[in-house]
Amino acid sequence: MAKILHKEQLSENVFLMRLEAPLIAEERKAGQFIMLQIDLDYGERIPLTIADADKEEGSITIIYQVVGLTTDELSRMEVGDDIPVLVGPLGKPTHVENFGTVVCVGGGIGVAPLHPIAQAMKEAGNKVIIIMGARNKELMIMEEDMKKIADELIIVTDDGSYGRKALVTEPLKEICERPEKPDLAVAIGPPIMMKFCSKTTEPYNVPTVVSLNTIMVDGTGMCGGCRVNVGGEVKFVCVDGPEFDGHQVDFDNMMARLNSFKEIEQEKHKCYLDKIIEKKLADQKKEAKG
Amino acid sequence: MSHHTVEEIDAVAKKFFDELFPKKDELKVKDRIKIPTMEMPAQDPEERVCNLEEVAIGFTENEAVVEAMRCIQCPTHPCIDDCPVHIDVPLFIENIANYDFQGAVNVIKESSLLPSICGRVCPQESQCQKNCSVGKVFKDVDKAVGIGRLERFVADWERENGEVELPSVKPETGKKVAVVGSGPAGLVVAADVRREGHSVTIFEAFHKLGGVMRYGIPEFRLPNDIVDQEVDTLRKIGVEIKTNFVVGKTRTLTDLMEKDGYDAVFVGTGAGLPLFMGIDGENLIGVVSANEYLTRANLMRAFDREHADTPIYNSKVVAVLGGGNVAMDASRMAKRLGAEKVYIVYRRTELEMPARREEVLHAQEEGIEFLYLTNAKRILGDESGHVTQMECLKYELGEPDASGRRRPIAIEGSEFLLDVDTVIVAIGNGSNPLISHTTPGIKTNRWGNIIVDENQKTTLDKVYAGGDIVLGAATVILAMGEGRKAAKAINEQLEKEIEEEKQVVN
Repeated sequence: MAKILHKEQLSENVFLMRLEAPLIAEERKAGQFIMLQIDLDYGERIPLTIADADKEEGSITIIYQVVGLTTDELSRMEVGDDIPVLVGPLGKPTHVENFGTVVCVGGGIGVAPLHPIAQAMKEAGNKVIIIMGARNKELMIMEEDMKKIADELIIVTDDGSYGRKALVTEPLKEICERPEKPDLAVAIGPPIMMKFCSKTTEPYNVPTVVSLNTIMVDGTGMCGGCRVNVGGEVKFVCVDGPEFDGHQVDFDNMMARLNSFKEIEQEKHKCYLDKIIEKKLADQKKEAKG
Repeated sequence: MSHHTVEEIDAVAKKFFDELFPKKDELKVKDRIKIPTMEMPAQDPEERVCNLEEVAIGFTENEAVVEAMRCIQCPTHPCIDDCPVHIDVPLFIENIANYDFQGAVNVIKESSLLPSICGRVCPQESQCQKNCSVGKVFKDVDKAVGIGRLERFVADWERENGEVELPSVKPETGKKVAVVGSGPAGLVVAADVRREGHSVTIFEAFHKLGGVMRYGIPEFRLPNDIVDQEVDTLRKIGVEIKTNFVVGKTRTLTDLMEKDGYDAVFVGTGAGLPLFMGIDGENLIGVVSANEYLTRANLMRAFDREHADTPIYNSKVVAVLGGGNVAMDASRMAKRLGAEKVYIVYRRTELEMPARREEVLHAQEEGIEFLYLTNAKRILGDESGHVTQMECLKYELGEPDASGRRRPIAIEGSEFLLDVDTVIVAIGNGSNPLISHTTPGIKTNRWGNIIVDENQKTTLDKVYAGGDIVLGAATVILAMGEGRKAAKAINEQLEKEIEEEKQVVN
C-alpha cells in the first residue's frame, strides 16, 4: 500500500505524483522502475519508471501520461488516497561512470525517466548535454529540473512552438559531428524516437543506451511478455533491462508487440469511459434533484 | 464415455455400501479386490468448458467408504514409501472404511499440512498409487486404490464440517525467520517453523498469496478458496505476511539478515523465467508463455473479461506446446476463454506425457486435440506481426535416452502447417536470477538452480532453499517435501542457537 503524498498536473495528460514508499526510496537507483496496480482484484499491473526518490521523506516520484485504463484511474486519485499495489525497485540500474561527455535525449514523457540518469551521470563527473523534445510547448515537462543538471540544454518542438523547430535527432546528429563527439548517448522516449536516435548515432559509433517500456505482467521475470530481440537474442526487459544497447534492439518487433492488445484495450477503454460518463450523469441528476 | 451425474454415481456407490459396510470386518482380500473403482464425479464436459468451476466434484461419503474398502491393507505398503512426505496411507484409509473421517484427516495431517491441495494436484499415479498392490493385481495403475481422491475427500469433509483445528504453537522463542515466496514450499516452512514458537514473516512478490497455486494452477483444478483457507490458517497462528515485496530488489536477502535481524531465511521463489523454443516467429503477436497466459487468466482474473482490466487474447485456434500439467492447464483455460479449437503439440506419445493422468483425460473429454509425435518448427505471421500459422514436424521414437524415455527423432520432410492464431509455449522454466544475482555467496548450478545439501541448506550459512528454485520444475508435493526438510533443519539450527545462548547467560 502506498499513500499519495503529492499530485501535480504537468501538462494536459501528464501527471506527477509522490508516493509513500520508504523501502523503494532507499533501494532504488537511476534507471529502475516500479509496478503499480490500483484495484487489488481486477486491476492490471503497469510498469512506471521511478523519476526521483527522497530517502528522508521515504517517497518516490512517478511521472506518467494518461494512455490507458490504469493511468486514467490513477490521474483521478487524489492526495491521501492509497495505491494498493506498488512493487519495486525493479530492473537493473543504469550503468553510471565517468564516460566523458554524455548526451541525454528525452522525448515527451521520456524526460521523466531520463532525469535521474542525467543526474547520476552528472554526479559521476560527466559533461552532460541534454536534448529535450516534445510535440509542442504545452507537452514540455521538467525543463527547470533539467536546466540544473545540463552543461548544455537544447530544446526542440515538432511544431516550433518552443525552442528550435526540429526532431531530437537533428541536434543529436550535429552533436555527433562535433570534433569532440560524445562518449555515450542515452535516449528515452517513444519507441520510434529511440529507434531513430539509435540510427542517428550508429554511423558515428557513439554507444547508445535506450530504456524500453514494454508490456509486462509481473515485472520480475516470470511471464516473458516483455521479451525483446537484442542482437538476435531474446531478452526480458524486466530482469535483463530495462536499458539495452540501442544499436542492437529490434525496435520494429518491439513496436509491433506493444500493440498486442491494442484492439482489446481500446474496446475496454471505451466501456470504461462510458461508465465514467454514466456515473457523472447520474451524479448530476442526483445533485439537480437534491 | 458418457457422462454420469453425481446422483447416478452415488446410487451405484450406495448399493455397494449397503451390501458391504455391515460386514466390513469380515471382508477377505478377494472380496475387496472385487469391489470396482469408484468413479470421480465431475462436471459435464460440455457445461464445464463454459465455466471456471472445479471440474472434479469429489467423492460422496458412500463412494469414499466403498473406495476405502478396496484397500487390502497389504503389509508392504508401497504407498507410504512412494509418497514424498510418507503419509500413513493404509491407516488413513482404514479410518475412512470405518466411517471415521476426522480420524483419517488427523493421520494425514501428521505428515502433510495441505491435504485438500495435494489430494487435487499430486500426480498420484506416479507416486502413492503407482505400486499399489490392488492395482498390481489388475496390472493396471488406473485400478489402484484412489488414494488421492480419498485424501481430497477427507480434507474437504473437514473444511465443510467446520472442524478444522488450528495447529498448536509453542511459546515464543524470540527467533525470527524469513520465508521468501508463498508457494507450497514456503507455506509448509512457515507453518512448521511457526509451530515451534519462532516468529515467521512470509515475503511475497505478488499481491496475492499461494505462488504457483494462485497464478498457475487454474480455478477449475484448484479453487482459490482452498488456497486462501490454508493461508488464513497461517495468519491465525501468527505468521506475518508481506505482499508486494520482492526479496533481492525491495530489500536484499543479506539486508534481511544483517539489518533486519532474521535468524534464518528460506528461499522458495519457485521456477522463474519461462523457456521459449528458440524458433523463428516466437516474438510474433499471439505467442505467449504459459506463465503469462495463466497469470493473466488466474491471478489477474482476465477470464472475467467484463471486470478485469488485464487483457487476454480473444483466441480462436490455439496450439499449446508441451505435455506437462501446465500445458494441460493452458489448453483447458484457452477452451474456457472461448477458443474453438485447441491443440496440444507434444514431441513424444501419450505414454511419456508428464502431465497428471486425470488432467489428460479431462482435457480429452473437453475436446482438446492431441497431436503426439509432433513439434513446432517455426511460427508464421502476417504483415502486422500476428500469428497465422505454425509449421510442425512429425517425430518418431528412437532409443531410450539418459532419462530412460525414448528419444524423439524428427522425420525429415514431414513438415505440415497448422492454422492457428495463438501459440502458448509450455515447455518449462529456467530459474529466476533475482535472489542469486543479488546475494553474494549463494551458489547455483549451471541452470541457475540454488545448490542445497541434504538438509536444504544453501552454500550460505542460515539460508535454506527448496521447491522449484532448487528442483527446476517439479510438483507441489515435492516442493512441500523440501519445505518440510528445510523447516526441520531451520528448527534445529534455532534450537541449537537458543541452547548456546542459554549457556552463555549461565
